[in-house]
Amino acid sequence: MSEQALPEIRSPFRLSRPALVLIGLSVLAIISIVLFMTLGAKGSWSFVLSFRGKKLLGLLLVAYSVAVSTILFQTVTNNRILTPSIMGFDALYVLIKTGVVFFLGVGALVAIDSQIQFLVEVLVMTAFSGILFRWLFLGEERSLHLLVLVGIIFGVLFRSLSQFMQRMLDPGAFNVLQDTLFASFSTTDPTLLGISCIIVAAVSAVGLRMMHTYDVLSLGRAQAINLGVDYKRTVVIILSMVAVLVSVSTALVGPVTFFGLLVATLAHSLVGNSKHRYVLPAAILLGIVALVGGQTLLERVFAFDTALSIIIEFLGGIVFIALVLRRSAR
Amino acid sequence: MPALILAFVATLILGVVSVFVGVSDVSIASLLAGGGGSRAMDVLLISRIPRTLALVLAGASMAIAGLVMQMIVRNRFVEPSTTGTSESAALGFLVVTLLAPGWPLMAKMGVAAVFALGGTALFLRILRVVPLRDVLMVPLVGIMLGGIIGALTAFIAYRTNLMASLLAWNMGDFSGVIRGRYELLWIGLVCCILAYIAADRFTVAGMGKDFTTNLGLNYQRVMMLGLVIVSLVSAVVLVSVGSIPFLGLVVPNLVSLLIGDNMRRTVPWVAIGGAGMVLACDIVGRLVRFPYEIPIAVVMGVVGSAIFLYLLLRTPRGAK
Repeated sequence: MSEQALPEIRSPFRLSRPALVLIGLSVLAIISIVLFMTLGAKGSWSFVLSFRGKKLLGLLLVAYSVAVSTILFQTVTNNRILTPSIMGFDALYVLIKTGVVFFLGVGALVAIDSQIQFLVEVLVMTAFSGILFRWLFLGEERSLHLLVLVGIIFGVLFRSLSQFMQRMLDPGAFNVLQDTLFASFSTTDPTLLGISCIIVAAVSAVGLRMMHTYDVLSLGRAQAINLGVDYKRTVVIILSMVAVLVSVSTALVGPVTFFGLLVATLAHSLVGNSKHRYVLPAAILLGIVALVGGQTLLERVFAFDTALSIIIEFLGGIVFIALVLRRSAR
Repeated sequence: MPALILAFVATLILGVVSVFVGVSDVSIASLLAGGGGSRAMDVLLISRIPRTLALVLAGASMAIAGLVMQMIVRNRFVEPSTTGTSESAALGFLVVTLLAPGWPLMAKMGVAAVFALGGTALFLRILRVVPLRDVLMVPLVGIMLGGIIGALTAFIAYRTNLMASLLAWNMGDFSGVIRGRYELLWIGLVCCILAYIAADRFTVAGMGKDFTTNLGLNYQRVMMLGLVIVSLVSAVVLVSVGSIPFLGLVVPNLVSLLIGDNMRRTVPWVAIGGAGMVLACDIVGRLVRFPYEIPIAVVMGVVGSAIFLYLLLRTPRGAK
């Protein structure tokens, strides 16, 4: 970001850089999807396709939700480091899940209709994040680093509470809980796919109608207000969209702290400008390539099952440190 | 000085309370009635007194470790759990548990301490390469570094079915302390005394390398001493009772709010404050769901993060 991009040379036969990036990413995404569906398939095709189709749909939903929510969150908060999950979301998810097992017993996790459970989780997480975001971003101006630290400390608070409850569980219940908590891209819950699709589609419909304000918002609060955006209202709507999307993705695959950061950072640096028209689709495609392609590679080629989320966390953590350091070095 | 004595007496009272809290009946009456070989006396000598001693030692030495760290990094918001030190110690302990399960605890602790030293040195190296202008950046980078090391540790533990052990190490808990299982913590006391003797040097080292050298001190050696103290304390506490979050951050900051920053004066305060806070949190954890216990790390996690948030949001900070 520090060096200026060279002035763009336009000729009728050359596509612009963002368009090229989008085309390239689309091709990569399609290749990963095809490989995911077909590689190593044995036996009946109709079974394989419907079985893997469900998994694929889950991954696509997660990639889409994480990419869109991260980009929009960064637009609203006007920075490239903060993401919803760094603000303590993953910890809250763990807390809610643990609370269910702790207060209702391990049977509840199995017995209660998972769609109802899911809706309640989405509601609780949206409500919490609404309160937290409103307090942090619509109040007085605060420094970015302060916000990140406060978010992390909130995370510690939630984690302490969940650990407390986990300590009170018997080992069997703890094991069941641990299985549902470890983020796993290979075991998305198929019963939640339908309801997730509906939620994501609804949110996207709202989001598309506001598409034109995103670029204006990213200019910053003062400029946005000056250009005629109803700032407070827009920000509240976008933040609730973010909350719903993050809830969907965390509920589907569990906590993945740094995935959004990884995707958003890559999208920004590949596209080379910050127009949402390009950055949003690029981030979504990158998410698909990373999740579907990575999952194909690990599951089919290396026969690992839980490794993808840990690899993403590891890389994301390093990217985060690099971003923070570069920001302060300037 | 009178205030310090008062604080000491208050901590002493907490210690006495801690000795007499528990499921088994231990009271002055039962001790007098039973005499030397009685059950009450056994419980007192084998379980209660070691536990209270462990609390005092761990609390004081963790708080001192935080203070030393804050002095040498020149940042208020660092302590072993915000610089990757505790996480590195856990990684070291996990590695040695996997590779050499038969080693005595002392040797395992040594390996954990070496890893802790390495992790802290890595953190300082990052700070030196990239000068950070914002005070809050330092703990942020440290927490993230700790997160990366923690992810690595979790991965190894998950693969080798040691998640439960890892959870136990990461969560400080004094319920397992009995005679013969806490004595390593006395190393913490040695570290506290060392920190007290070298207090002025740390103060000077905190003013920067040039200033330190100018006053005729060996900067590298002072820094090394500080790092060794911090790493040893983290490893010892981690191995014997598990890590206690935010203790090293909260206590020195509260003390500094009360009586300022002269380290020679604050060392005893921080030590007593750390011991008192750990004793209080442990008593709360033991009483809240009597006869069961809540691990101290959880109580400290809630109390510590609340105080940390207060410290962060207390005063409007100036321009970056």
